Parts: sequence; structure tokens; C-alpha cells
Amino acid sequence: MDNKEIIAEPTPLKPHEWVNAHADYLYAYTITRVNSEEQARDLVQETFLAALEGMHKFEGKSSERTWLTAILRNKIIDTYRKKTKGLKTLSINDTEAGETEFFWNEEGHWHQEHWPTHFGIDNIDPLVNKEFNHILQRCMQKLPALWLSVFTMKHMDDETTDTVCAELKISASNFWVIIHRAKLNLRACLQKNWM
Amino acid sequence: MIEKRMVKPLTLQENIELRLHLVTCGVCRLYIKQSHKIDLMVKQILKNTPPANIRLDDDFKKELKVRIDNELNKS
Repeated sequence: MDNKEIIAEPTPLKPHEWVNAHADYLYAYTITRVNSEEQARDLVQETFLAALEGMHKFEGKSSERTWLTAILRNKIIDTYRKKTKGLKTLSINDTEAGETEFFWNEEGHWHQEHWPTHFGIDNIDPLVNKEFNHILQRCMQKLPALWLSVFTMKHMDDETTDTVCAELKISASNFWVIIHRAKLNLRACLQKNWM
Repeated sequence: MIEKRMVKPLTLQENIELRLHLVTCGVCRLYIKQSHKIDLMVKQILKNTPPANIRLDDDFKKELKVRIDNELNKS
């Protein structure tokens, strides 16, 4: 058998074409994971520069885009780490975030005006409903950076809670308080904008 | 507690408290349903190819290109 058929040629890197070929993609990838355009641009730039330095490490096993995205992903997680660094213990009743009071009364019950209502998300197929996806993305962008970090990291690669907590160096209780707040806000934002 | 349950197992006491509460709390049961749905939708957004309508501005791309070319010329 011809060896050439078995051993695939490594994909050559074409750094002169990176910006045209991948910059928009990498930027769109980033902006759904961090909520600052400026930071997203910086991350794309840093990714290209890091890739230039690490070109010798590229083994050609994956496509150029997959390789660049992997570098970018690590950089995004680094920014998440910075946001969670020095995070003290959060409590669900912590009014610092302002949101908890908004949702709950003294007995810990839901304020009636914030009761979840049906708003027709049960039957939505996000793959076909672009408008809904757009609203969801806008609602994610509105989340405080720290919440978005933890929330995105949880869903990005189906990471287990333990992995996310270890990578971001946060406690399991901080993790669920953040997830809880993020979810409450996302849900309220969706209900407000979709109904 | 609903979100906590998704993250780590509740203690026996917490579990009983939550179950009792859910019997009478219709909005909480609705919340659970919507919470799962939101998780699913967010996952899909993150796994899908990023939207093609989000683009970097051309000036930034031009500068970036110059910067990459300069770095390449250095080495």
C-alpha cells in the first residue's frame, strides 16, 4: 500500500492569511464568551501573536483554525481566572450584587412580580429560531463579567463542576451561587424580551 | 437550592425540604423546566459555529495584518 495514503500531509500554516481567513471567526467565538468588544479584540490579537511564537509547536494534526481556536480558548479561560481571582465567599443572600433583593422577599420566597411565567420557550428549537438565539446572546452579554465567565465555562465543553471550580479556583458553593444568579437574570431577561 | 441540586447532591434534609416545597410551588416547578431549557440553549450557542454576522472592523484587521507581517519579517 502506498504510504502516502496512510500518512496525511501535515497542514501547512499560512500566517500571512490568518487575518483574512480566521479573524472574524475568532472574534465571533470570543464575543459570545466575554462581554467586552475591546477585550475580545485584544484576545484575538494575542492569539495570533502567541500562535506566531508557537508555530514550531504546530504538528499539523488539526486544521489551522482548530489550532488557533485552542490557543484562543486557553486565553479566554485565563481571563476567567483573572476575574474569579480573589473571589471571597458569596452568599445567596449577598445583597452586594443587588439582584437577590430584587427577586426574593425576607422569607426567601419569590417576589410575586418576578414569578416565572410561561413565555413560550418550551417549544423553541434554537437551531431554527435565529431571532431567539439573538436575544439569548444579547441577554448573555448583559450578565456581569464574572457570572458570564463561570456560566460560559460550565457550558463551553461540558466541563464537570469540579474541573471548572479547580480551573477557576472557586469553591463549589460560590460556583452554584454564581450559576444561580446568572440563570435567574438570563431567565428574567429572556422573559422580558421574548414575550 | 434548585441550582445547587444540579451542581452537587443535596443533603437528605435539603432534599426533603426542596421536595416538600416543590409540591406547593408551581412557579418553582416551572423554573426548573425553564432552567434546564436555558442550559440546553446556551450549550447549543457555544457549540455552534459562531455567528457569521459578527465581524471585526476592517481597520483593526489591517493593523493586525501589518503586525503579523512585521513579526514574520523579524524572524
